[in-house]
Amino acid sequence: MTATVTAPAGAPPRRSLIAQNPSILWFLAILATFCFGVTFLAEATGTGAISTSMVKTLGKTLCLCLVALAMDVVWGYCGILSLGHMAFFGLGGYAIGMWLMYARTEIIVAQSLAEATLPPTEAEIRDGIATQIFGVVGGNEFPAVWAFAHSLPAQLAMVVLVPGLLALVFGWLAFRSRVTGVYLSILTQAMTLALSLYLFQNDSGLRGNNGLSGLQNIPGLESLGQDVISIAFFWASALALALGYLLFAWIVSGKMGSVIRAIRDDEARVRFLGYHVESFKLVVFTLTAIVSGIAGALYYPQAGIINPAELAPIASIYLAVWVAIGGRGRLYGAVIGAALVSLLSSWFTGGGAPDVDLGVYTVQWTDWWLVLLGVSFVLVTLFAPKGLGGLVDLIAERRAPQRVGDYGPDKSALRREEGPPQGGEE
Amino acid sequence: MTRSRLFCALIALVLLLPVTASAQTLQDVLQRHAAEVADPGRRTVGPVIDDLVASGLPGVPGFLSAWADRSVVRRVEDGLFFVAREGDGDTLALLDIATGQTVAEAVAEDAIEEVRPNGGVQRVIGTALVQFQLSDPDIAVRRDAVQALARSLEPDQIAPLERSIPGEDDPALRARKEQLLAYLQARFGETPQVRIAALDSLAGDLSVETRAVLNQVLATEFRMAEAAPEGPRLARLLVPGEDMPRADAYAALVEAGLAEPAPTPAEMKAALEANIVEGRVGGIPVAQLFTDAARARAYAALAEAGTVPPLVTEAQIDASLAAHTFFEEYIETDADVIAAAARALASTQTTVAVNQAFDLGLDALSLASIYFLAAIGLAITFGVMGVINMAHGEFIMMGAYTGYVVQLVVPDYTLSLLIALPLAFAVTFGAGVAMERLVIRWLYHRPLETLLATFGISILLQQLAKNVFGTQARPLTAPGWLDGSLVFNDVVAISYIRVAIFVLALIFLAVLLYVLNRTRLGLEVRAVTQNPGMAASMGIDPDRINMLTFGLGSGIAGVAGVAIGLYAQVTSEMGQAYIVQSFMTVVVGGVGNVWGTLAGAGLIGLSQKGIEWLNPANTLAAQTYMILLVILFIQFRPRGIVALKGRAAEA
Repeated sequence: MTATVTAPAGAPPRRSLIAQNPSILWFLAILATFCFGVTFLAEATGTGAISTSMVKTLGKTLCLCLVALAMDVVWGYCGILSLGHMAFFGLGGYAIGMWLMYARTEIIVAQSLAEATLPPTEAEIRDGIATQIFGVVGGNEFPAVWAFAHSLPAQLAMVVLVPGLLALVFGWLAFRSRVTGVYLSILTQAMTLALSLYLFQNDSGLRGNNGLSGLQNIPGLESLGQDVISIAFFWASALALALGYLLFAWIVSGKMGSVIRAIRDDEARVRFLGYHVESFKLVVFTLTAIVSGIAGALYYPQAGIINPAELAPIASIYLAVWVAIGGRGRLYGAVIGAALVSLLSSWFTGGGAPDVDLGVYTVQWTDWWLVLLGVSFVLVTLFAPKGLGGLVDLIAERRAPQRVGDYGPDKSALRREEGPPQGGEE
Repeated sequence: MTRSRLFCALIALVLLLPVTASAQTLQDVLQRHAAEVADPGRRTVGPVIDDLVASGLPGVPGFLSAWADRSVVRRVEDGLFFVAREGDGDTLALLDIATGQTVAEAVAEDAIEEVRPNGGVQRVIGTALVQFQLSDPDIAVRRDAVQALARSLEPDQIAPLERSIPGEDDPALRARKEQLLAYLQARFGETPQVRIAALDSLAGDLSVETRAVLNQVLATEFRMAEAAPEGPRLARLLVPGEDMPRADAYAALVEAGLAEPAPTPAEMKAALEANIVEGRVGGIPVAQLFTDAARARAYAALAEAGTVPPLVTEAQIDASLAAHTFFEEYIETDADVIAAAARALASTQTTVAVNQAFDLGLDALSLASIYFLAAIGLAITFGVMGVINMAHGEFIMMGAYTGYVVQLVVPDYTLSLLIALPLAFAVTFGAGVAMERLVIRWLYHRPLETLLATFGISILLQQLAKNVFGTQARPLTAPGWLDGSLVFNDVVAISYIRVAIFVLALIFLAVLLYVLNRTRLGLEVRAVTQNPGMAASMGIDPDRINMLTFGLGSGIAGVAGVAIGLYAQVTSEMGQAYIVQSFMTVVVGGVGNVWGTLAGAGLIGLSQKGIEWLNPANTLAAQTYMILLVILFIQFRPRGIVALKGRAAEA
């Protein structure tokens, strides 16, 4: 919308997506360099300097970046602090996990039954799979939710449909009754809690707190080693991230992007201007939920296991933390935040960070990492509301935007998007 | 068994009178059954006891207890029975069996035979003794006897129990005896009239014992017949496939010889596997046996050849099942008794249902008071300042840990609790004020960012608590006078801790209402809530009010933490368990109003308990549905039950 500022009179000239978002090229270039670098250093395709588990960690990080992007669009651009996007992420993981688990168990059961004297009937194979999968929660029949688990296309559709429909219904209910702001955050958090509590039950049909496991074994690709599979998923995640970045860049830079940002800044005014605010919010909420689901479907085959704890409200809050630290309202900020904090977190909690000996007390980072994260989070919120992405402004020597009010990015964020300051500093 | 000895002595004192010659003596009776007395067996002891009881001799109870105690001996030379007592050295003193007077001193051990009834016999003797003990002058003995009787109700206890009631002067024990008599009469009464009267007297009594007795009277057995039975003994018809699995019904028919056994799929498969001849079963190649139809064909071929039992088709099973009626029949034969028992049970169940509803109400009230305590602090900060405090749960945790630390220093639980409550308030008040000054003050216009910043503080406090106190749960012990439960009857009971929490919630409600409505501070708080700008113009310092309000809300959370810690485990993550519930309580209730929070806590507590009651096995499901209910509720009242109106609503 810089265009409106430079050419206030007349219609804004149409500019290409990339011209409006110079960060796209930078982002794609860095992502491509990173991917090729990892490929050349990986065990399967390169020198082997990067271990297979490290490739998986990086691949998972790319998926987290994707869900952070979605969170950034729904929160940083549309002003909806959703504490439910990690639940959509988890639902995507469950949807693909069901097929992975079913198909792999089918192969194992078929192998073991093939040694029997009589060839197995279909019912026997199905019973065998059910006993294998649900024996751990004391069941031996398939719950209704597994009706399509045998079919990869159906479950892939579920990856999109389940989070999408849930977000659509929930969003429609919430936005229709004009639940906004903090209330909406609490409501989404309640939804997430309800979902994770539901999945924790043994009779939810999704193996209760055992979750789904063995997802790293891709049925039909047993002959390929994990080193090859990890690289394949790494690339798939990178591709999804790149496409997601393009999609969201396109959304937030067009006319729709202006409306979305306007909703964030002053919802009532946008409504008075004749826009149907609820529809815009619903589209953004649902679309980001779908992208989160896709990110989850790519993440959990690399993680290997999914259980209801992954959907707990705390996960969604951490997602908000990543985006806030990275910088809201700019797509690359979300990516930076998610990548940096999740990698740092696994480095610190994994025991990779050296202990700090203070003489009287030795700081062990496994114990103190969360304290550090908490402190830095408070500091970022207080002193750097633009997050780490704000550093880019410094490098690019861009002036800090002048704000009309003393409001932060929530109530009437970066006013530079709307035009030159009207009254200067308050 | 000193009590029995004492008992013997008492009886002996009473009976120091010479026994008249015409009456038979206890020794006579015993000599009639000398062999059975000396070597009692479970089968032979019955007639002896009957005879003893029938004799009506006063020395019988004393003898019975001595017999059961194994202190009865038989003198070898004349075969007479005595009660033995240890004498000097290895010798024994012999006491008269009826009077307890010493008959012989210093009897060598080989001059007598010990009578040693085994455990089973001892129990039979004990049961016989009960009738004497029921009228014992010592109330403790009577109580024990009644307790023993209640453990195993036998038909022959009716008469002695009935006899003992008129002489009973302890009202509680008398009531208990009458109740037991009603149980006995209901089950074993001689005439239907007696039983019906007893059953009618039990109607509406909700004790577990009564319900068990009624159910025993109404015990049923599974039956089947070709024609549908009629009459009062029919408890209910069972339809195979609905009331009972078809397989079970058919198995019952097979067991009764009314139907041919049907080979199960597993048996069929085993039969097929056992009859593979040159890669074929019944002429069908093994490789084709991967459908049920092919297997059935193969099995049919085998059956035709006579190698396996014939196949029973589903149609045949259906026909057999249809030809028979399955039902449950009362074991009791008297129609009037059945009707009376059913009546009494129905009435009892109604009473039980009413009481269960009452108990559920108490549970809901207790849960609501916990939610109220947890949420009210949040409601104040959220309502007055519009600040969502994600670290609220951690303030609850801080309060609980304060209580734990106080208990480490002050060992007396009552005193430590009295110290912990104000101290927890002080600690969390301080923490709240510090947090407000350092962080929240800078974020008043950015409510979503407060949410995030306080979340940062929340994970920080949680991890700090983990580092200081470790990950295992710490105890916060309630004082002894809070142990146990307030029991109304067999259905309704509530633990004293929950009562205390309820009282604490009431006190909080009263104090808050007083502070907000009757004090200068409350006036200023309300002014700032409604319009901070105008309040400031009137000379109120909003900064100071915000600080105090935040401190107050946090302090209340700390006190709530002590209360919650008394019954829940104190861990670094305990706050997390309450934070979402607290938010929902505040949102459902409506922001900025104590009554709203109360209503929200009541609604959430009641609905959660109600859902749990509908599906008691699954509290996780109850929580899930409760949250869904809250989400739906917000649809209809987005601003909560008690919504602020006017300008304040959008502030």
